[in-house]
Amino acid sequence: MKSLKTLVIAAALSLGAMGAGHAQAPAAAPAAAPAATTTATPAAADAAASTDAAAPAGDAAYTPLKPVAGVGQPIDAGIDFQPQVSPVGEQAYWFNHALLLPVITFISLLVLGLLLWVIFRYRAAANPVPSKTTHNTFIEVIWTAIPVLILAVIAVPSIRLLAQQYEPPSKDALTIKVTGYQWYWGYAYPDQGIGEYVSKMLNEEQAKAAGEPYLLAVDNRLVVPVGQQVKLIITGADVIHSFAVPALWTKMDAVPGRANETTFTVNKPGVYYGQCSELCGVDHAYMPIAVEAVPMEQWKAWVRSKGGNPDPEAAEPAAAAAVPAGPVPAVSTTAPAQTPATAPGATPAASPATTN
Amino acid sequence: MTDIAATAPVHGHDHAHDDHDHKPGFFVRWFMSTNHKDIGTLYLIFAIVAGIIGGVLSGMMRLELAEPGIQYLHGWAQFFDASAGDTQAKHFWNVMISAHGLIMIFFMVMPAMIGGFGNWFVPLMIGAPDMAFPRMNNISYWLTTVAFVMLVASMFYPGGSGLGAGTGWTLYAPLSTTGSVGPAVDMAIFSVHLAGAASILGAINFITTIFNMRAPGMTLHKMPLFVWSILVTAFLLLLSLPVLAAAITMLLTDRNFGTTFYDATGGGDPVLYQHLFWFFGHPEVYIMILPGFGIVSQVISTFSRKPVFGYLGMAYAMVAIGVVGFIVWAHHMFTVGMSVNLKMYFTAATMVIAVPTGIKIFSWIATMWGGSLSFKTPMVWSLGFIFMFTVGGVTGVVLANGGVDTNLHDTYYVVAHFHYVLSLGAVFSLFAGFYYWYPKMSGRMYSETLGQLHFWIFFVGVNLMFFPQHFLGQQGMPRRYPDYPEAFAYWHHISSIGYAVMAVGMLFFFVNLVYSMVAGKKAADNPWGEGATTLEWTLSSPPPFHQFNELPRIA
Repeated sequence: MKSLKTLVIAAALSLGAMGAGHAQAPAAAPAAAPAATTTATPAAADAAASTDAAAPAGDAAYTPLKPVAGVGQPIDAGIDFQPQVSPVGEQAYWFNHALLLPVITFISLLVLGLLLWVIFRYRAAANPVPSKTTHNTFIEVIWTAIPVLILAVIAVPSIRLLAQQYEPPSKDALTIKVTGYQWYWGYAYPDQGIGEYVSKMLNEEQAKAAGEPYLLAVDNRLVVPVGQQVKLIITGADVIHSFAVPALWTKMDAVPGRANETTFTVNKPGVYYGQCSELCGVDHAYMPIAVEAVPMEQWKAWVRSKGGNPDPEAAEPAAAAAVPAGPVPAVSTTAPAQTPATAPGATPAASPATTN
Repeated sequence: MTDIAATAPVHGHDHAHDDHDHKPGFFVRWFMSTNHKDIGTLYLIFAIVAGIIGGVLSGMMRLELAEPGIQYLHGWAQFFDASAGDTQAKHFWNVMISAHGLIMIFFMVMPAMIGGFGNWFVPLMIGAPDMAFPRMNNISYWLTTVAFVMLVASMFYPGGSGLGAGTGWTLYAPLSTTGSVGPAVDMAIFSVHLAGAASILGAINFITTIFNMRAPGMTLHKMPLFVWSILVTAFLLLLSLPVLAAAITMLLTDRNFGTTFYDATGGGDPVLYQHLFWFFGHPEVYIMILPGFGIVSQVISTFSRKPVFGYLGMAYAMVAIGVVGFIVWAHHMFTVGMSVNLKMYFTAATMVIAVPTGIKIFSWIATMWGGSLSFKTPMVWSLGFIFMFTVGGVTGVVLANGGVDTNLHDTYYVVAHFHYVLSLGAVFSLFAGFYYWYPKMSGRMYSETLGQLHFWIFFVGVNLMFFPQHFLGQQGMPRRYPDYPEAFAYWHHISSIGYAVMAVGMLFFFVNLVYSMVAGKKAADNPWGEGATTLEWTLSSPPPFHQFNELPRIA
C-alpha cells in the first residue's frame, strides 16, 4: 500500500496548490490503487495486470486510457458544449448557461414577439390609418438604458472569468512546452527531462484499431496528472497554429517567435481531444490534439516510461530557472493562486456547472 | 428637365418630356460611363455575377461537407491541374474558403451596397444631378472589376502546395508569406489592393457629394437614413482601408523583398499583421451592414406609411456604431496571447456596440408600431432582416466575452454568427433594397408571387444551413476544415440540405429577374404609395438619364 500512501500525499500537495484539487482527494485516492486502475481500463486489463505483477515496489504502471464516448470528444448530433472537466471550464460553462444563453434567448424571443405583434396588430387591414408618432423620449431612454444594464450584469462575471483564466500559475505547476508544426504537435516536459516528442494523427485504420475516433486520435498523447495545474508554453515553428481542447476550455495560438502561456487543471481522468484551430495550410484539419489525464501515480509511471524523472523536486530551483518563462500575463489578478480560495470544497469536482 | 424646382417635391409629373436625354452610344455609355445610375447598374450586375461565383463556391464546400471524408476535392483540383494529388486537393479546399470570403465581401456585398445602391440613390435622394466626381466614379468601378479578375485568375497560378491562394481571406502571416510560395498569393494581395483603392476613391466621392451637393433645404438632419448610412460607411472606408493597404503592402515586401515586418526571426511579429488587419477588418463588417441598416429604414418606413421613429437617434446610432467599431478590433484575436487587461478592455468595448444596435432594432419596431403595414416583398425581406440580425447580434454578445470566446473562437459558432449578420443580415437587406428599388431602376415591376416565394424558401434554407452551425461550434467543430470526425456528420448534413433549399430560393430570384425584364408590368413613378416620401419617387421610373437639372427645393 505504499503507492496509496504516496498518492494521498501527492493529492494533499495538489490540494494545497489548487482549489479544485480539494474535492478530488477522496475520489482520486482509491482510483489510483493499481487494482482499481486496471478495472477502470477494462480493454487494457490484460496488459495492465501483467505489468502490475511485474512492477517493483508497488509502482503503478502506465497504460494508455481508452476514450469514453461523450467525454472529451463531440457526440453524435450533439448541440451543447462538451462536458467540462476543468475549474475554468466549469465556471465558463456556468456563465454561458446560467446567464448568456437565457439573456440572448429572451432578447431574441422578445424581438420576435414584438415583430409578430406589430405584423398582426398594425397590418393595413386592421389599422388603415397610420399614426404620425415619430418621437417618444421616454421610451428611447428606456431602450438605451436597459441594454446598458443588461450588459453591465453580463460584464461582471465575464471579467471575473477572464481574471480566473489568467491567474498566474502556481509554483508547482507542471510545465509543458507545446510546439505547432506543419502538421503535427511537439510536446516537451523540461522539468521532467522529457525531450520533445512528436504527436501525429492516426490514420483511419490505426484509429479504428485503437478504438478511437478518426481525425481526433493521435499516436503520442499529451499526458498530464489529474488535479495538478498544468502550464503550457506554446509556440509555433513555421506558421501560426492554435492548440485547442474544448473539454478543457483551452485555446491558445501557437505563434512563431512568441511563447504564449496558458494553464489548465484537469479534475477527471480521461482522454480529451482537440483540433488545430488556426488555418495553417494543407493539413490544417489533420493535426489533432489528445490530452490524457491520469492519476498522479500513473502519470509518474508514464514519465518514467519516457525516460524522465517524475520527481524533480530536488533539482527544482535550477530547473525552474532554466525554463523560458514566456510572456507571463502582465497582471497579478485577484485571488492568489496558492490558496484554495476559489472553489468551495463541498462541490463534487466531476459534476459540471456547479463550481463557484 | 421638369418643373420640379422651386416648390416641394411634386408627384406624378408628366415624363413624356424626358426623352431628349442625349444618351451616348453603347460602348461609351457602359465602358466610359460617368453617369451615376449607369455606374450603379454596372455595380449591381457585377455584384450579381460575383455573388453567383461566390455562391457556387459555397455550394461546393457544403457538398464536400455533407458527408465525412473527402469526396469531391480531388476531382475539382484536377479540373485546374490534371496532375493534382491529395495535397493539391486539400489545398484547393483552402483556396475555396479564401476565395469565397474575399469574393462575398469585396466583390458582392460592398459593390452591391455602396457601388450599386449608393451610386444609384444617394444623388437621387439628396436631389443632386450626379456624383461629385463622375470620372473618378468610373475608375473606381473598373478598378473593382480588375481586382475581381485578378482574384479569379489567382486560382490558376501556383500558391504553395497547389494552385491558388489558400491563406484564408484574412491573409495571416506567416502562412501568407513564407507559408505560401508562388504568385497566387501576390495576385490575391494585389486584388485586395485594387479593390481597396477603388473603395477609397468611392468613399471620397460619396463624402464630397453628400457634403456639397444636397439640394437647397436638404440639411444633414433631413437626409434620408440611407444617405446617412452611406455617409458613415464612406468615413469608415476612408479611415480603415489605408491601414489595410499598409498591412498587405508589408506582406508583399515580406514575400518579395526580404523585409521581416511579420517575421520574428528578423525582429518582426506575426501578430502585428493581425492588429493591422483587424483595425481594418472590424470597421469592414460595419461597412457591410450599415448601408443595409439604411435600406431597411427606408423600406420599413415606406411600407408602414409612417416616418422613421426616432430619426436622430437612428442617424447617430449609426455614427456611434462607426466610431465604436474602430476601437474593438482585437476581439478577433482573443486567442493570440494578449494580456488579460487587453482582453478585459476589448470584451467591454465590444459589448458596448450592442447598445446603438439595440436602439436601431427597437426604433424599426417602433416605426411599424401604429403604422399601416403592407407586406410587399421588400417589407418581408426587411422583417426577416430585423429578426435574423437580432439572432446574429446576440451571438455576437456571447462571443464578445473573452473568456467564453476561448472555447468558441475559430469554431463553427463564429461561422454561424457572422453568416447570421452577413448572409442573413446584409444579404436580406440587399434583397430588400433590390425589390424596393427595382421598379425605379428598371421601370418594370417584378412578380410579387415569385418575390414572396424567393423570400420564404431562402429564409428557410439559410436558417437550416446556419442555425445548426451553432451546435457544431459548441461541440468544438473548428472552421476551415474539409473533413471532420463522424460525430459532427449529422449537423453538417442538415446544413448542406439547407444550402440546397436556399439555392432553390435563388432560382426564383433569377426567374423573377428574367420575368420582369421580359413581361414585367410598367412601373409607376411611385409604385409604393404615400409611404415612399424620398426624392427618387418624384422622378419617372426609370429616372431620366440626367435628373434634377433644376434643383428641387426641400421645404
